[in-house]
Amino acid sequence: MSINPNLAVNIGGLQLQNPVMPASGAFGEDMEEVIDFNRLGAVVPKSITKQPRGGNQTPRVCETYGGMINSIGIQSKGINYYLKHILPYYQKYQSPLISSISAESIDEFAEMSETIAEVPHVRAIELNISCPNLKGNGLAFGMDEALTYELIRKVRGVTDKPIIAKLTPNVTSIQDIARACEEAGADGLNVANTMLAMAIDVESRKPKVGNIMGGLSGPAVKPIIVRLIYQVYQATKLPIIGCGGVMTGMDAIEMMLAGATAVQVGTANFVTPTAMIDILEEIKAYMKRHGLVCIDDIVGGVAEPVTK
Amino acid sequence: MVVDASPVKETIEPGQFFNIKCGESYFPLLRRPFSIYKINDTTLEFMYLVKGAGTKYLTRLETGDKVNLFGPLGKPFSLEQSYQTILLVARGVGIATLAALAQKAAQDGIRAVAILSARTTNDLLAAQELQEFGAEVYKVTEEEGTSDVANVRKMVNQIMIEHPIDAVFTCGSKRLSILLQDMIKENHIPGQIALEEHMGCAMGVCYACVCDVKEEDAVHSVKVCKDGPVFPLEKVVLK
Ligand SMILES: Cc1cc2nc3c(=O)[nH]c(=O)nc-3n(C[C@H](O)[C@H](O)[C@H](O)COP(=O)(O)OP(=O)(O)OC[C@H]3O[C@@H](n4cnc5c(N)ncnc54)[C@H](O)[C@@H]3O)c2cc1C
Ligand SMILES: Cc1cc2nc3c(=O)[nH]c(=O)nc-3n(C[C@H](O)[C@H](O)[C@H](O)COP(=O)(O)O)c2cc1C
Repeated sequence: MSINPNLAVNIGGLQLQNPVMPASGAFGEDMEEVIDFNRLGAVVPKSITKQPRGGNQTPRVCETYGGMINSIGIQSKGINYYLKHILPYYQKYQSPLISSISAESIDEFAEMSETIAEVPHVRAIELNISCPNLKGNGLAFGMDEALTYELIRKVRGVTDKPIIAKLTPNVTSIQDIARACEEAGADGLNVANTMLAMAIDVESRKPKVGNIMGGLSGPAVKPIIVRLIYQVYQATKLPIIGCGGVMTGMDAIEMMLAGATAVQVGTANFVTPTAMIDILEEIKAYMKRHGLVCIDDIVGGVAEPVTK
Repeated sequence: MVVDASPVKETIEPGQFFNIKCGESYFPLLRRPFSIYKINDTTLEFMYLVKGAGTKYLTRLETGDKVNLFGPLGKPFSLEQSYQTILLVARGVGIATLAALAQKAAQDGIRAVAILSARTTNDLLAAQELQEFGAEVYKVTEEEGTSDVANVRKMVNQIMIEHPIDAVFTCGSKRLSILLQDMIKENHIPGQIALEEHMGCAMGVCYACVCDVKEEDAVHSVKVCKDGPVFPLEKVVLK
């Protein structure tokens, strides 16, 4: 007889029925026709900016070996539209809503977080301090330890709702940034946003995305993300959401073994619109097969090499 | 490529597309969008130009193999009951998108006149299929020196003298689309264009395939996969 595994997880006070949720920017209202949002651990709409933004020049995506580069540039209708139309849409779902915020300054992050956190059904805030598509050369707040600390500290001051910092992989030591987040009062970490990347069409000599550089996602980045999760897990006590290259339930398990408590799924939604449900079922099947009763039985469970 | 359409329960209309998985591995990873070329009773047909890894994979499929299609997606062309004659202008594989429209026009008793443009006569696709649907087909090519914009303009003018054209439909060439934008304005007739853009999700969530449209005096951004791929020709900003 096998017991039904319990998939519930807690991310810094936010209770989720299961650990599978969409990655910001790769999910939206229009997916309601293909999957049941109520089955997801959480819903995460695309990052919102204060002012409307047009986004970058097309082409905004290109394919690479086992992955894709995007340079969307956070096309956004601005926070007023978001408060009026996008957030209310998600009210009808029982899956908790995590609101992803992108801003141009620390004060703007705090101001937006305060406004958005006041919306009752917003259950947590994800701070996108890591988008590579906003500034030249992919610069982001999350590359600087001191700025990251100050930013999280400010946002901590305006809300008691869980704050998740979405880290950038484009740093020398992600541990330092993760610790800065923890010390500043973040409740969870998303590891990670996309990797700054570039591809060139050799026939035309043109960069394959309009913005020249963009963010790499998809299965190709997974080993790097697994390593980053492992490093962050060693460095802080904060719960980790693994993000980057989760295509299957086994990819999710791998990230959990490295230290993730939950996962986000982006590119896989484009390949298989029902991917998140498949991933959820595969996690469940793995747990049954291994006699695991809860996700905690997996988190950080990578076997360490035997020391001589 | 002909596929069994019996699992598709939705109605499928000309101008819509399917996002097709071109392989079982992580390369090619993303699905590729292809227009519906022909809609038959129990089958659907696609016509594609072999370009890169995705379309090469499709050529290796054999009769009886399964393909993973996601769709039908996007907004179709609209054919008004009042139309008597329509003009189709396609460049290259753009005709794959307009052929289904010619098929529907024939069923609705609307006469179609088509201008097909390609580099060489060998590259002219689907001319015969269009003629079978009853369309009057004109061909222009670089090879014969007939495909330049000035010549196509002359042809369109001539066609418009011979038959009053009620609407213009186009796909596959920016140059020709700009020309047609001009001509529908001069002649006060409506037009529709099917756009192509690199796509991510094809479901309207990722903002990869956007284009600008002009509404009154304001320009705003629309999603090719969800709001299109068919748009009013006069509104699209062709950069
Ligand atoms: C709505 C729509 C309908 C289309 N209908 C047809 C059709 O009926 N017949 C046909 O032959 N082609 C059609 N195309 C173009 C077709 O999608 C591309 O030729 C195809 O994706 C090329 O894939 P590949 O792997 O062979 O080429 P590669 O060049 O190796 O593709 C690399 C990447 O670029 C993307 N890409 C390359 N060219 C295009 C393009 N023109 N438009 C969008 N994405 C592109 C691919 O999807 C892939 O992600 C359509 C495109 C759109 C957007
Ligand atoms: C088209 C696209 C748009 C994205 N937009 C955002 C965004 O607005 N905010 C954000 O935090 N991350 C954004 N991302 C990054 C994803 O959330 C995720 O971190 C990344 O894609 C890695 O996960 P994946 O490999 O599962 O796709 C975007 C990714 C893609 C592919």
